[in-house]
Amino acid sequence: MITRGFFSGRRPPSDTDARIPPGQYLEQGFPVLSAGPTPRVRTEDWSFTLKHGPKPIKKWNWAEFNALPQSKMTRDIHCVTAWTKFNTPWQGVMIDDILADAGIEPPTAYTLALSFDGYSTNVPTKDLVTGKAMVALLYEGKPITPDHGGPARLLVPHLYFWKSAKWVNGLQFTERDEPGFWELRGYHMYGDPWREQRYSSDR
Amino acid sequence: MSAEPSPQSPWQAATITRIEKRTPRVTSFWFQPSRPFAHLAGQHVDIRLTAPDGYQARRSYSIASAPEAGGGVELAIERLDDGEVSPFFHDVAAVGDEIELRGPLGGHFIWEESDGGPILLVGGGSGVVPLMAMVRHRTLRNTAVPVALVFSARVWDEVIFRDELIGLDDRRDGFDLVLTLTREPARRPSDYSRRVDARMMAQAVERLPKTPRLAYVCGSNAFVSAAADALIGAGVPAGIIRTERYGV
Ligand SMILES: Cc1cc2nc3c(=O)[nH]c(=O)nc-3n(C[C@H](O)[C@H](O)[C@H](O)COP(=O)(O)OP(=O)(O)OC[C@H]3O[C@@H](n4cnc5c(N)ncnc54)[C@H](O)[C@@H]3O)c2cc1C
Repeated sequence: MITRGFFSGRRPPSDTDARIPPGQYLEQGFPVLSAGPTPRVRTEDWSFTLKHGPKPIKKWNWAEFNALPQSKMTRDIHCVTAWTKFNTPWQGVMIDDILADAGIEPPTAYTLALSFDGYSTNVPTKDLVTGKAMVALLYEGKPITPDHGGPARLLVPHLYFWKSAKWVNGLQFTERDEPGFWELRGYHMYGDPWREQRYSSDR
Repeated sequence: MSAEPSPQSPWQAATITRIEKRTPRVTSFWFQPSRPFAHLAGQHVDIRLTAPDGYQARRSYSIASAPEAGGGVELAIERLDDGEVSPFFHDVAAVGDEIELRGPLGGHFIWEESDGGPILLVGGGSGVVPLMAMVRHRTLRNTAVPVALVFSARVWDEVIFRDELIGLDDRRDGFDLVLTLTREPARRPSDYSRRVDARMMAQAVERLPKTPRLAYVCGSNAFVSAAADALIGAGVPAGIIRTERYGV
């Protein structure tokens, strides 16, 4: 439906068109979205736990986690509130390397990412492995600030950015695709920006 | 609860039925959706504008009207001069226009009478909009749930819904309005003239008969961060604070 009198859109330069998913616009800044106040997690108090259901598999403290092999990922990110930001540079530990350190293969097809503030988000396990996702520790070469999820956040850049859980403190393998915090509140179970899977009613 | 969007498309046409200037920079628009829906106080809708060449712009706007209010969905939109969508509403949109909208959306930043209270609401600028829906819901439900609203605006003339809020405050029925103006002296004895801080939040908490059950903070990102920190500084537990950030 064409909107009467709407012409002067802020169109992206044409060479970048192909990188902007439907319904998104290009943002130069880095907006913040979250459901509550920003938790300040001290690295002394930080830990990361891998779980299968309720059962812990392995737990790392900040020093142990930082000693794992680190990789860099520079990716376009897409927030469900319609902004897209190009070339965001992250560094952290690939999920593959976390699993390798724990000495396991992914035990189930689904995963819940858990956060210090009690929030969670579900991601199919295959979207976390084979180089697709990391637990990020640095943004633009510097520690991630608390409002952007520091000290550590999940980074699953090919899905809408709420899946990249802030203040992450663990991954839990689940037998079924369990909805997380936002998914229980109307957001999509998968969240593919290229298919515009924003809300649960989107296919 | 909310009506299911049609399986074909969650988007629907809504007709603008009324436009009213609220402040120099904020105007209310009433929409009559072609498929009416029920919403909860605090929810928002998404708006989509489409240019003749297919280019689309999408933004979210909180619903200002109470769930039980008839007369369509009220959105109160602040004009950002260098923005894309808000100037379109202020300069172009007219009564009778059809705009695409989807919703209601959001399942976290909501308050229903049955959630109880006391409730502490903290809004900055247009961040007052979803809080207004909560205040109106409380009024139309005729409940005694204690609610305090701390509303930060730059100047007196930018206090959105000012007459309505002061009228509700004057009833002394458990709703308490605290205005804080950041660029002008306070006009009412109980108001402030500074940015929100922990002391102001502590005093707002004291206006409630007991400690708040839930606190809602809405506005720009900078406002929400400052106000949420101020609440925590005033001893409000982080776990009861819900935030909605409008972005930049
Ligand atoms: C859940 C939710 C509810 C909301 N409710 C309300 C509400 O009730 N009322 C309300 O007024 N707003 C509300 N907002 C904010 C609203 O969605 C829009 O962000 C706001 O209206 C600005 O949109 P715009 O298109 O006018 O400006 P935009 O074009 O988005 O620009 C916003 C600002 O960012 C800058 N900017 C952005 N992109 C660029 C770019 N590419 N180049 C240069 N500068 C840029 C501009 O300087 C401008 O000042 C809400 C937001 C959310 C997430």
